[in-house]
Amino acid sequence: MINKKIDRKTDIQILDGNHAAAQGAKLSRVQVIAAYPITPQTPVTETLSEFVEGGKLNAEYVAVEGEHSALAVCTSASMVGARTFTATSSHGLAYMHEMLHWAAGARLPVVLACVNRAIGAPWNILNDQQDSIAQRDTGWIQIYARNNQEILDSMIQAYKIAEAVYVPVMVCYDGYVLSHTEMPVDVPPQEDVDRFLPPYKPHTILDPANPKNYNLVTLANPRVNTEGVLCHGYMELRYLLQEALQHSRETIIRVGQEFGVQFGRSYSNMFWEDRLDDADIVIVATGSLALEATVATDTLREAGHKVGVLGLRVFRPFPKSDVVKALKKSRLILVFDKNISYGLEGATCSEIKSALYGNHLNAVVRNFIVGLGGRDVKARELADAVKRSLPLLQEGVLNTEYPEWMCDI
Amino acid sequence: MGTRYCQHICDESSPGIGEAGRTGEWRSSFPVLDQKKCLPARQNKPACFICWLYCPDAVISRTIPIQINLEYCKGCGICAQVCPAQAIAMVNEEEFSSEQDS
Repeated sequence: MINKKIDRKTDIQILDGNHAAAQGAKLSRVQVIAAYPITPQTPVTETLSEFVEGGKLNAEYVAVEGEHSALAVCTSASMVGARTFTATSSHGLAYMHEMLHWAAGARLPVVLACVNRAIGAPWNILNDQQDSIAQRDTGWIQIYARNNQEILDSMIQAYKIAEAVYVPVMVCYDGYVLSHTEMPVDVPPQEDVDRFLPPYKPHTILDPANPKNYNLVTLANPRVNTEGVLCHGYMELRYLLQEALQHSRETIIRVGQEFGVQFGRSYSNMFWEDRLDDADIVIVATGSLALEATVATDTLREAGHKVGVLGLRVFRPFPKSDVVKALKKSRLILVFDKNISYGLEGATCSEIKSALYGNHLNAVVRNFIVGLGGRDVKARELADAVKRSLPLLQEGVLNTEYPEWMCDI
Repeated sequence: MGTRYCQHICDESSPGIGEAGRTGEWRSSFPVLDQKKCLPARQNKPACFICWLYCPDAVISRTIPIQINLEYCKGCGICAQVCPAQAIAMVNEEEFSSEQDS
């Protein structure tokens, strides 16, 4: 995010992350909202229902009995041409799992705010990123915000991206750390957002005069339809979803740049960088954790270590070649994950290592599992982890079998 | 990819016969109608048609005599169950074809 001064009256409001998300949805003129309250997402649904009831937002608010229905309502409404929004966390997102696949497979540009929360058992309402990482293979674009301004900005961009590539977008932000923490947020005027975000044009047209079937039983192989046209089989449609995500990088960057022109905050990369230019030690993290890493970098720089931070903003599509370019000079890469793919390692670490393969980048990669279930992650702890890893540079051990857990066992 | 020409990005089709393929191929047994027992055929007037009403795949005609489209009949056997005159019998496809062979 690069801040540029622009000539307009700014409206700085003190907002927590949930209100920033609700404002983002309102400014995007969502037409159908269906959501079920769950901690820590609840204020998003409350705020939006107040907007609708108070006549400040011309939308249909559908009160549903659960998250599976919430996303079923959104996909159906999206199919008939409405811009739709839902928000959830943790168990709610897990309960949506089936419909997440459906929204992506049907290529519906639904936008979902995921307020990252740990998942049971045991019950826990605090922050980590296990919930959204567990849904990474559903075909959704995933954007992680590092502060409340990015939440609001990402919401507006999410609609423009989703409706350009017809892939649903999940805007993820850390529960409590962002969702319940207030900070100044520049709320853009409605007319500027209207200029940036045109009305939604659906690719599925339901017209009684010209009836269509959508997403019926589709067999494995292509087949000729009643008009004699050879149509996709299941596998061709799934390939098109992958292709859409592969190509979405260009759209994400273009939309981020256009956002900068309109609002003065440019999002021209799939990740943001802090002091990467001369860094040979790089901390990689996602969301607010990456922001904490910049504080650790301050102290490490004071001690003479050339440390930088790569804060992943877009996790799907994963920006493989951008990451490789940014990590080119690094000799030691420390990946901090607020999630774990049990039996292996943190998801971010796996992606980073997969990106590095075959690029002659023989850096030491260390993975740390941190902050699960709201466990506090202090900048000092991140700095200590970096210092602990320095001897590995001499040992030349590039990879380790399993990650290190930053807890008391 | 040869299917790009259809320009769909999700599964899309116009309603039409056979949109889900020749579903008759799924069948393990098929209905055989005895016109001597069937009420519309016996009375030579529109009567009964309960099989037409109940058929979930709409492959039974509301005509005299009744006709069953075996290209799309999945062989569920509901028609045989609901027929008050017991004019429809379900015949096993495999047994039928092996009898034909011998």
